[in-house]
Amino acid sequence: MNAQTGPAAEPPTHGRHAAPSTTEDRPTDRAPRDDARRGAPAAEARAARSDRARAEARLGWYLAGPAFVVMLAVTLYPILQAVYDSLFNYKLTAPDDRSFVGLNNYVVILTDPVWWQALWVTLLITVITVAIELVLGFALALVMHRAIKRLRGLLRTAILVPYGIITVVSAFAWFYAFDITSGYVNHWFDWVPGIGPDLNWFAQQGTSLVVIIASEVWKTTPFISLLLLAGLAQVPGDLEEAAKVDGATAWQRFTRVIVPNMKAAIMVAVLFRALDAFRIFDNVFIMTNGANGTEVLSLLAYRTSIGQLQIGMGSAISVLLFLCVVLICFVAIKLFKVDLAGARGEK
Amino acid sequence: MGSVLSTRAKVWWAVITVVVLVGALFPVVSIFMTSFKASSDINSGTFLPPRWSTENYEQILASGGSAQELFLSALRNSIGISLIATVIAVVLATLCAYAIARLDFPGKRLILTTALGVSIFPVVSIVTPLFNLWRNIGLYDTWPGLIIPYLSLTLPISIWTLAAFFRQIPWELEQAAQVDGATPWQAFRKAIVPLAAPGVFTTALIAFFIAWNDFVYGISLTSTSAARPVPAALAFFTGASYFEEPTGAISAAAVVVTIPVVVLVVLFQRQIVSGLTQGAVKG
Repeated sequence: MNAQTGPAAEPPTHGRHAAPSTTEDRPTDRAPRDDARRGAPAAEARAARSDRARAEARLGWYLAGPAFVVMLAVTLYPILQAVYDSLFNYKLTAPDDRSFVGLNNYVVILTDPVWWQALWVTLLITVITVAIELVLGFALALVMHRAIKRLRGLLRTAILVPYGIITVVSAFAWFYAFDITSGYVNHWFDWVPGIGPDLNWFAQQGTSLVVIIASEVWKTTPFISLLLLAGLAQVPGDLEEAAKVDGATAWQRFTRVIVPNMKAAIMVAVLFRALDAFRIFDNVFIMTNGANGTEVLSLLAYRTSIGQLQIGMGSAISVLLFLCVVLICFVAIKLFKVDLAGARGEK
Repeated sequence: MGSVLSTRAKVWWAVITVVVLVGALFPVVSIFMTSFKASSDINSGTFLPPRWSTENYEQILASGGSAQELFLSALRNSIGISLIATVIAVVLATLCAYAIARLDFPGKRLILTTALGVSIFPVVSIVTPLFNLWRNIGLYDTWPGLIIPYLSLTLPISIWTLAAFFRQIPWELEQAAQVDGATPWQAFRKAIVPLAAPGVFTTALIAFFIAWNDFVYGISLTSTSAARPVPAALAFFTGASYFEEPTGAISAAAVVVTIPVVVLVVLFQRQIVSGLTQGAVKG
């Protein structure tokens, strides 16, 4: 995304303040100049401006500082603690046996098929959900974008309901619908080959993942569609109009005009959803709790540290999970040139 | 625009609307129906309850209900913890976003980048150290023990959303106040806060949804009804008897906690959509 769309990339609006040319290096070069040219009117004006700039910088940090400190305190400190803990053999069941083991926990994890299986399942879920959500989300964004006034409120309300609902509630809703004892899906779809009253969706990997992905897609598609809707608003209307006049079909207009003009928004939406999907936890925990080959990385970390109280090993998994997220970000930004400054984060 | 639509377009829009409504609301209706099934009908295998029964709601709401104590304390925890986490986040984010939108100071980009980084942080990665630390300093299974980590969820999005809102405010008013001799702080308080209130409210709504949705912190950092929020409590519901699945009670509880979400969405859909889209793109 280019500078005009990115809040961080955008330079501050100029000319509003008495000190329009405040830059980051000014306070440092200010003092000697003040001493050297004291008395000259121009220098006095400059000094006043610098004072003003310094006051502004100070006020800026007074206002923004607390939020900044809190953000660091609730994430940076714990992840550093996790890195430290991950170097120890440390179990809460035997806290006195804590011993330094270096990178041994990482070796244990990375040579264990459980980790690779969970990584594979997590990646599988991520890729499939993001692919489905991109298509569905685009359709919903177009619907919201084009809808006539009378329908717009209704459609937006409906689309926002899954967004607001608790993920755990969504997981239970889908689980009970498919469950072999309480569900109705098997009865409704028993004409489909392979589906019948005896099908236990949660007894094997493939069918479990189908329901997990369905719930995840239902719950989070509204989010990606809102990000895409924001991108749609940037596509110049006259371009589309011109293509229409030139006889382009709806599909041609979509692929040749709309998509190229909102490539940046699409990239950001995909990256955000991918990072979010990679952290999937709630749906898996509720539906299968990781049984039958549905264990994902977040669940593995949770079960190791909170479930089995293996703080050292669990911390190592946490750190690896964090590194995976950093790696995905890095690849997206370097390889696909996603400009995160143009987006904003959300859970 | 409605009058110029052809009949064909009207039919298309009707079909699209029905498809979207069914797709978006079906799972909600599904669990709603389950919640009204009597315990003997839970396994009926039908979508609609064979007989409509309120026994599940009595279980979680009526005094003496088997899950009442569990559910009501979870509801109290969820509302209290989410509200406090939202208020703290929105207050801090309002000050921060004002500085970002209005003032020139070194480190602006750093703050926005940090907010972005925090928002993509895997929650599970920080829950292990917090779990251990909270146990040592006595924050485990307490309200502050959840409010503090919830800030990692609510603060970043609040900063981004509010910064986007603040950039759209007509700043002449603030200039006018400053010309009249107000300090930047006075200008902020007297001229900007009233204008910014709608944006702040929308941000609070979005932040509340996010805190309300949390599950990982909820199950990891609590152990009793002292602080356990609703999503976590749902996962630990047990049936009226040992051999009974808690399907009905969970469904009823799910419906109860979904009602406020639906009401808020119906009332404020326009604001929520603009809040979520403005954060992404400069409006």
